[in-house]
Amino acid sequence: MNDILEKIALCVEFGKINKVSPYPPNMKDQDGADELAKRALEEGVRPDEILESALVPAMARVGEKFTKKEIYVPQMLMAAKAMNSAMAHLKPFFQSGETKRKGKFIVGTVAGDLHDIGKNLVAMMIEGGGWEVIDLGVDVSTEKFLGAMEEHPGAVVGLSALLTTTMENMKKTVSAIKEKHASSKILVGGAPVTREYCEKIGADFYAPDPQGAVNYLKTLVA
Amino acid sequence: MKTILRGNTREVIIDTDGPVIIIGECINPTRRKKLVSTLQESDFAYVLELAEMQINAAADVLDVNVGFPGVDDVKLLAETVLAIKARFDIPLCLDSPNPKAIEAALKVAGGKCLINSVNGEEKSMNALLPIAHEYGAAIIALAMDDSGITYEPEKRLAVAEKILERAVKAGIKEEDVVIDPLAMAVSADPRPCVVSLETIRLVRQKLGLNITQGASNISFGLPNREVLNSVYMALSIMNGLTCPIANPEKIATTVRASDLILGRDDYAIRFVEISQANGL
Repeated sequence: MNDILEKIALCVEFGKINKVSPYPPNMKDQDGADELAKRALEEGVRPDEILESALVPAMARVGEKFTKKEIYVPQMLMAAKAMNSAMAHLKPFFQSGETKRKGKFIVGTVAGDLHDIGKNLVAMMIEGGGWEVIDLGVDVSTEKFLGAMEEHPGAVVGLSALLTTTMENMKKTVSAIKEKHASSKILVGGAPVTREYCEKIGADFYAPDPQGAVNYLKTLVA
Repeated sequence: MKTILRGNTREVIIDTDGPVIIIGECINPTRRKKLVSTLQESDFAYVLELAEMQINAAADVLDVNVGFPGVDDVKLLAETVLAIKARFDIPLCLDSPNPKAIEAALKVAGGKCLINSVNGEEKSMNALLPIAHEYGAAIIALAMDDSGITYEPEKRLAVAEKILERAVKAGIKEEDVVIDPLAMAVSADPRPCVVSLETIRLVRQKLGLNITQGASNISFGLPNREVLNSVYMALSIMNGLTCPIANPEKIATTVRASDLILGRDDYAIRFVEISQANGL
């Protein structure tokens, strides 16, 4: 494997954003994901190689470690920041169409629910899985989800809820989406959500953790 | 300032100058899937088990939340309240986003309950304040309104003041308004706990009201959660928290220790008692 790609992957895995970032302490004064991604492109590494051979595997390792409780939310967010600093250099290639992502993923916390941490973790892991993420935020109405689907045809949809009292709204949104877009794929998650509930409301997949969501999306494009 | 709550006969006084009152949080289906399956079959044995466990662990008041998808919580909250009241004489904190469920529960609850919660949105205040007044209930005023969650303590104080003012206009006594400064996880952003602690200090200083907070989730996404929750609890008590909503099994010792250190436990009677009860 290319040495610089390996270095970028390490920066992302351990959350080294750029040279001036003091975190993690044992990587102080070294180049971060920002500088390395820029240099890789200058040296002629293809943007899709940076995505597929550095960012995606690094974020997969982050997801696995989170699932095993070897790292926690703050470390995941550090990794996401490092990933974003590398991803910023790839954006022009995404926009020009030179580099293609695996697909689009619309995500939001359902109506009445303001909890965003779980939703954000899923969004960043899926972006780190090579997808384009459209994050609608929290307290997202059914209409807003439907509007985003019109705008991004074929996107996979992810719904998050943290409260038993807001799960009802998940059901309403799933029904409305399935009615309009019968072939759409909907992923649900959040503390009170279960596989049984997912089946009951007619959603397609229940992910107990962010890595589960990434793994499911992989099966859709395999 | 004293907020007095009542079970069938037993009174609990939440006093801004007295020891901390613990509102037990465990009757809540969000993290207890067994509560959903038992309640779906109108089986209250597990609810009563949770009530007893919390009372034995020093809960003074019990929060009751039975909201989950597919449930008629107007019926179920009232039924659960009746089941608890038949066995235990303890004030209840009725926890539902549905004003109709709160009203139905107040109709059968008797005593003097706490409503969890009224926020600063017009819809919430219009629906709940008249009900609280009619049934003589105290309310938890959540420092959040239509404009969402703010990270400025002064703005949270302003929302609390707004709800207080409206509550008093609706005929509710000032002492029956308990403020919730809103606690959020510290794992994704370092600000929320500092903001809540400062809001608690401001509410205590400017309004002098009792203060509650459901804070077991501030440690979400981090290791060693019990230590984090305990430290946050102690700092909150220092700033003016008087009636946290928490799991008494995990937090009661921290609460008693805070009371002792703050000079509210003569001869350390309550601290020694709870320590010995836990074999410490």
